[in-house]
Amino acid sequence: MNSRMNARMPAVPQSLPGGQGAPLLSVRGLTLRSAAGTPILNGISFDIAQGEVLALVGESGSGKTMAGRAVMRLLPSQVRQTGGTITLAGHDVATLPDRGMRSLRGQVAGMVFQEPMVSLNPAMTVGAQLCEGLMLHEKIPAQAARERAVAMLARVQIADPEGCMASYPHVFSGGMRQRIMLACVMLLKPRLLIADEPTTALDALSQREVMQIMADLTRTSGTAVLLVTHDLQLVAHYADSVLVLKRGDQVESGRAGEVLRNPREAYTRSLIAALPRRDDSRPAVADAPPVIEARNVAVAYPGAHRLFSRQADKLAVDGVSLAIRPGEVVAVVGGSGSGKTTLGRALIGLLPLAGGEIRFRGQPAGSGGRQDRRDFRLACQMVFQDPYSSLDPRQRIGDIVAEPLNHGEPLTRAQRRARVDAMLAEVGLDGLGERYPHALSGGQRQRVAIARALIRRPALVVADEPVSALDMTIQKQVLTLFRQLQAQHGFACFFVSHNLAAVSEVADRIVVMHQGRIVEQGSVADIFDRPQHDYTRALLEAAYVAPGQRAPLSVAEDGAGSLALGAAAS
Amino acid sequence: MKLRTNALIGGLLVATVTAMALLSVIWTPYNPLRLNLRMRLKPPGSLHWLGTDEFGRDILSRLLAGAGASLLVAALTVLVALLLGTLLGLIAGYFRGRIDRVMMVFNDALLAFPGILLALGIMVVTGANKYGIVLALGLAYTPTVVRLVRGTVLSLREKEYVEASRVIGNSELVTMLRHILPNCAAPLMVLGTSMFGWVVLAESALSFLGLGVPPPAPTWGNMLSSGRPYIESAAWLGIAPGVCIALTLLGINLLGDALRDWLDPRMEPR
Repeated sequence: MNSRMNARMPAVPQSLPGGQGAPLLSVRGLTLRSAAGTPILNGISFDIAQGEVLALVGESGSGKTMAGRAVMRLLPSQVRQTGGTITLAGHDVATLPDRGMRSLRGQVAGMVFQEPMVSLNPAMTVGAQLCEGLMLHEKIPAQAARERAVAMLARVQIADPEGCMASYPHVFSGGMRQRIMLACVMLLKPRLLIADEPTTALDALSQREVMQIMADLTRTSGTAVLLVTHDLQLVAHYADSVLVLKRGDQVESGRAGEVLRNPREAYTRSLIAALPRRDDSRPAVADAPPVIEARNVAVAYPGAHRLFSRQADKLAVDGVSLAIRPGEVVAVVGGSGSGKTTLGRALIGLLPLAGGEIRFRGQPAGSGGRQDRRDFRLACQMVFQDPYSSLDPRQRIGDIVAEPLNHGEPLTRAQRRARVDAMLAEVGLDGLGERYPHALSGGQRQRVAIARALIRRPALVVADEPVSALDMTIQKQVLTLFRQLQAQHGFACFFVSHNLAAVSEVADRIVVMHQGRIVEQGSVADIFDRPQHDYTRALLEAAYVAPGQRAPLSVAEDGAGSLALGAAAS
Repeated sequence: MKLRTNALIGGLLVATVTAMALLSVIWTPYNPLRLNLRMRLKPPGSLHWLGTDEFGRDILSRLLAGAGASLLVAALTVLVALLLGTLLGLIAGYFRGRIDRVMMVFNDALLAFPGILLALGIMVVTGANKYGIVLALGLAYTPTVVRLVRGTVLSLREKEYVEASRVIGNSELVTMLRHILPNCAAPLMVLGTSMFGWVVLAESALSFLGLGVPPPAPTWGNMLSSGRPYIESAAWLGIAPGVCIALTLLGINLLGDALRDWLDPRMEPR
């Protein structure tokens, strides 16, 4: 089959050493512009051979997603290709009529999108969606399509493929949906799979699972992969070659191991430096009575209402005890559904407790009169996960940051202004107070959220996955800022994350949660070097950290570059 | 650019109609109420620019005089429906639970009646006068607003900035007024502008049933409905108020869209 296809392909100039035969996908000098004329991609070139995995790496705004979409000719209407050629399986994508393009999509090149929650149609059963493409492209009878769909679901490790076929997407978790999406695409046996940040929206555990299945599946079927990602750890583990993009310009390209080990460009080095690294240099926290203490806390979610009955309540947090000393950063790590966010919210009184008690500075929280409850509330603040929905779009940055000052001691207008300006300066947003949130980037928005949480000098901050919606380099910046501010103001912090590697930089102590309970807790060194529980080990593995290792990928301080990888790029 | 021209056209249309209404207070070409049976159903000409109606009344004069009544009724009705509907919708959507369920049962029951029927029922109580109509139509259109606001609030209250407002220590009332209400403005503006049109037409339907602004006082609605029997022989009776209604609606819609964009910080140039 391969040879027949190759025979139809015109000769295409080779660029990458080591590619055998004509490449499956060849992109030459691809240039994209927005309708307003702003450059999105400036003449990037790459080849993907049959069975090869190429990673397009860059921060948001680097144009990597648009490059992937251009291959499928699925560019949004305001983006135009102004130069270069894309040759996919011997066809020039730019000149192919729509009909021809449609037959290429799905069968020659398939695409997996970033957001698993919206990429499956909620009104169709999984089975119907799987069979739809198959019957459209291969014109096979429904029964045959069904059998192949079930077999494919089994291959992506869906536990009950038959049951899954009849279910609607909403019953599945993000990771399962992404695997179903993968099954949907791979069912047509495409020769090229374009995976656009396929695991960015998933927690660390499902991320690893999905990547592993994708790698296995494409390797056995000889499918080439164009992996669009901002995560260098994925590149290190799954890509053969890599192309680094920066604001539409091609910065560096080559074999993945080579580029990661010996980055030639400063930009690539900065990307590698942004990978999380463990920090043992934090001073020990002084022994003091805890600022907040959870004793045997349980939080329940009400069961679903039926017509005449109610299902039993579900315990999201079940008998958790935890104490945080002043100035201590406690990181709580676990997969989705482990109850870590729920615990954080319950801790500052946002959720009612089903059992146990919360003690604030030794007193039961909010039990004394109105004033007590108020003091408790004012002393606790929260930083939310999604910087895009945590800021009111109709308020200016300055007003958002100033709002907490409405409570607490009264201030004059000038004092307020000074406090806000100082706080904005601390988070590196001087002079942006007059802007609206929409004019800010994700990282900047998260800085605003941090400023809002800190302006009242709280004793405790609950940070709910504050960086997981951000790019690697931005994550690094925000984490560094957070650590600085924490050292400066000395607030205690309950830091929620699904990624162990990410918290190793900020945490004094790590608590691992699984199914509403604490399975293990200890110092950063304890958890990383001597994990006791299987779940902790799985989390470490998902973060690509081998026990005892300081960081998944590290560049030596002298900048010469060295790669310390658990598993080498294959 | 396109936005600005639209706003300009809308503004001009609304200004013209308002000017008509104001002008009629001090001057109309003829007395809009004076009958002149010798001049019945005259087509537009130099004496009567827009012709005369079945009682020989000057249509231009009636159009000017009717502008005030029509606009006042429509504007007040929309205001009543929006204020009441927003208040109830906010309460139902924000507090959920039992309040929400009880309110929604009533609301949905009211939605099941056609607006006109509901208004008719209310007018039996209030009597046929300008403010009776405003109250009746206002109440009749409230359930639609309640539904819209409640739905918007339901999606907004899940946003993290609403929770952030609570974490800051804001009371529920402050959260509702400062963070939820302003974000409902865009859909409300759209609903409000299209409701304006429904009300002008609903008022004419009520007039047709004899429950509108009582004759002989002119409104565009009752001019339209009294012109209906003559649509074949004297079409100008219906055309003049019809064009006026259409242009007013166009103006208000354009102005409403412009206002909505202007109030939305996301449309501000960076």
